[in-house]
Amino acid sequence: MVKTPSPQSPNLLVGLDYSVLQQCMHCGLCLPTCPTYEETKLEKHSPRGRIALMRAIADGELAVSKAFGEEMYYCLGCLACTTACPAGVNYAELFETARAEVERQGVLDAPKRSFIRYWVVKFLFTRPRLLRFFGRTLWLWQASGLQSLARRSGLTKLLPANLRRLEPQSPAIRAKFSHQLIRPIERPAPSPDVSTKPPRRVAVLTGCVQDLAFSDVNRATVDVLLANGCEVHTPPVQPCCGSLHAHNGDLASARTLARRQLDLFNPEDFDAILTNAGGCGSHLKTYGHLLHDDPIYAARAAAWDKKLKDIHEYLVAINFRRPTSTAPASTVTYHESCHLCHGQKVSAQPRAILRALPGVELKECAEAQWCCGSAGIYNITQPETAARLQDRKIGHVLATGAQTVATANPGCHLQIENGLRAAHSTQSTPPRVAHPIVLLAEAYRAETAAADRNVL
Amino acid sequence: MGTCPLSRHFRHVSYHTTLANLPPITATAPLAAALSAQLGAHRVLTAPEDILPYGFDGTAALKQLPTCVAFPRDAADVSFVLRLAHAHHTPVVTRGSGTGLSGGSVPLAGSIVLCLAKLDRILELDAANLTLRAEAGAITQKIFETADAAGLFYPPDPGSMKISTIGGNVAENSGGLRGLKYGVTRDYVMGLEVVLADGSICWLGSKCVKDVAGYNLRDLFIGSEGTLGVVTQVLLKLLPKPAARQTLLATFSAMDAAAGTVSAIIAAKIIPCTLEFLDQKTLRCVEDFARVGLPRDAAAVLLIETDGHPAAVTDEADAIEKLCHAHGATSVRRAATTAEATQLATARRSAFSALARLRPTTILEDVTVPRSELAGMIRAVEAIAQKHHLNIATFGHFGDGNLHPTILTDERDTAEMHRVESALADIVEETLKRGGTITGEHGVGLAKKPFLKRQLGDNSYELLRLVKRALDPDGLLNPGKIFD
Repeated sequence: MVKTPSPQSPNLLVGLDYSVLQQCMHCGLCLPTCPTYEETKLEKHSPRGRIALMRAIADGELAVSKAFGEEMYYCLGCLACTTACPAGVNYAELFETARAEVERQGVLDAPKRSFIRYWVVKFLFTRPRLLRFFGRTLWLWQASGLQSLARRSGLTKLLPANLRRLEPQSPAIRAKFSHQLIRPIERPAPSPDVSTKPPRRVAVLTGCVQDLAFSDVNRATVDVLLANGCEVHTPPVQPCCGSLHAHNGDLASARTLARRQLDLFNPEDFDAILTNAGGCGSHLKTYGHLLHDDPIYAARAAAWDKKLKDIHEYLVAINFRRPTSTAPASTVTYHESCHLCHGQKVSAQPRAILRALPGVELKECAEAQWCCGSAGIYNITQPETAARLQDRKIGHVLATGAQTVATANPGCHLQIENGLRAAHSTQSTPPRVAHPIVLLAEAYRAETAAADRNVL
Repeated sequence: MGTCPLSRHFRHVSYHTTLANLPPITATAPLAAALSAQLGAHRVLTAPEDILPYGFDGTAALKQLPTCVAFPRDAADVSFVLRLAHAHHTPVVTRGSGTGLSGGSVPLAGSIVLCLAKLDRILELDAANLTLRAEAGAITQKIFETADAAGLFYPPDPGSMKISTIGGNVAENSGGLRGLKYGVTRDYVMGLEVVLADGSICWLGSKCVKDVAGYNLRDLFIGSEGTLGVVTQVLLKLLPKPAARQTLLATFSAMDAAAGTVSAIIAAKIIPCTLEFLDQKTLRCVEDFARVGLPRDAAAVLLIETDGHPAAVTDEADAIEKLCHAHGATSVRRAATTAEATQLATARRSAFSALARLRPTTILEDVTVPRSELAGMIRAVEAIAQKHHLNIATFGHFGDGNLHPTILTDERDTAEMHRVESALADIVEETLKRGGTITGEHGVGLAKKPFLKRQLGDNSYELLRLVKRALDPDGLLNPGKIFD
């Protein structure tokens, strides 16, 4: 557990409960599951190697150096090691604490890095209305044709190298954001069966990137919940969950955002609080730990953890209604978001949903649990490794021949979509990338459409 | 069989490379700089953040920083490193993936770690001769999979096979879950490429099933723990893949009933491929990790696998199930699918690491007794745990007498660590009394060094040292391991 560091020892790794570090008995079973070890075959780039470095710092044998800082950011944070680890090492906590210590000591500080960190992490992603304004501006740029004009005219070549590389990867912003698609409270159609229990009451978290680039996933989430008899609460303005901050060494902002989230949602009011983004969910489920020594919020955060569920996890738990529509035969493959399968151990449930889709055959791809290289903002901070992981993923996905790639995290979605587009630039249309819940919502909608036709 | 079909490769390298052909080495340049000049700077690590993670292997409570870590590309690079080390009087500790459990690859102060992890190619699968040749850093699991894809079978399956290297397996003569029926690594090594302490490169062995040309020096290097030479290539024997296999999980309310069942299975002249046991503490930890449906209230479980011709497998599985019930099994579950069987075996392989959930430090023992002594030995371990007020979980290979009493402790608790030492000594005493050995598959390394002489006796112990002095007169190859 993260203890408030003593005044004598402000170092967060020294302040860490030593048993968390000691839990690693360096057996090496994590090595074959770690993408950066696989890539380099260097122990420093492995989970047990990184833990050894952290422990050496806690033991006072090593200083927090630039090399240490760089190593902590070379880690994808994919948490594949936590699935492989029989000893149950809490790598997520170690990694977040280590990055926080790297930031506290400022060993990686450089003017450009500090500038970006301040404006993006600390400023933009802590202000949901500002983020939407930013998203709206980006949408205008894209929708007005200015973006394609800039691309065609070669104006984008004037951008600095980093931006030039990132520009094509920028997500397509939706014309409408979640609050324009979803009413604050939506109730299911009244059931003809009077004996049914009152509807389940659930809250839906709309996310940040999800809200701007994938508001359709949020709409689909609400639709699917309504189809399963849930009363859905979706506050129009929601704070960022703080996962971006916690994963990037800014635990203070992460705590602030968690408190705002707890102010907005009282866990006691809901049967479940639902997230549909793997990366967010993995962090959202740890508020109890994040705020465990907060005198005001600790209890509420603990209650929150119990109610917080991934949408797939929840639908399977309530035995979701199988869609009855008919559809032509099609194939889908599933890429697992790291923070859904490793962070939350939700792996079987999305597959159960995909298998329930009418006409759909699930074709498993090799290394479905291997990171695609998106990893939060890793594709921005470590473009080379991210690109190699992207290629590896695209190869496996294409090998299945599936028409659709299902994945449940916005970062993975963008990374795979961009990868597929690049791989298909000269050929036929690439496979579609879709969230499993969007596919389920489409299947439910097809039922209604069929019923309407029958009435006519 | 006529003439042995030697590959071209063997004809090329089967003669001792003469040292006169190699460039001379001088000790003028600093060691790391000389290494970098030969191997390339990116193949030599010296920064503290880079070398610190090479200060340990899979063994608890042992660590020591090396002076640098070198990644050779081939046997010639290894030869260079050894000759340079000789010129600088610097010890060399060879390492694969660092999963050893006796401290065999823990560096010495000031040593070079020679890491073969990047020497990981599988070079040849010879289906006509049923052999596979690989570089020392090839991962055991990849070797298994390569053979499997060709309808062949590489049986040795140490617990860490997903990441252990074949060179490490050879150096430690690793065992695994299939030892009872299929033996250990030694039983599958037909040839080795070895770099000697003076830098000369030798091939030992061939693809011939029968080969009595000279001393069997190949076997000398198997299990030599990096103290006699550096293995850079391995030629392995493969078997045809068994056509069928069946996994059973039997649950018992008493360890004695499980032991009785094992004796009954062997007495019925059935040799299963795998015959593993877990005690209650172990099975609970494994279940917490793997969630494969192990019964948490059972006193012991047996994981049994039979393989071979489908009809034989069915017969044996039926007979085993009957014997389990007759000897007090509370339930017997058969794996319905290959995936379920793999899950159960993987869960068993995680036992040692899963036990780390209980206490901060996990000290794994590897004593082995003749099969008939195993039930008595398990009881003796329980008594030793009580005597020293220690928490000991036990699991292991019931079929081959290799058990893994695992002491769950905390290395920072000095008083308890003293009791751990006494308990280890008692376990060794009890093992030797029963005609057993201090290590079945993990090697002597640093962990078992104090007990080796007691097991071997003065003359045999001296013979080991004589061999060491003959092959490594300056004592630079992994010194201080096995014996001082």
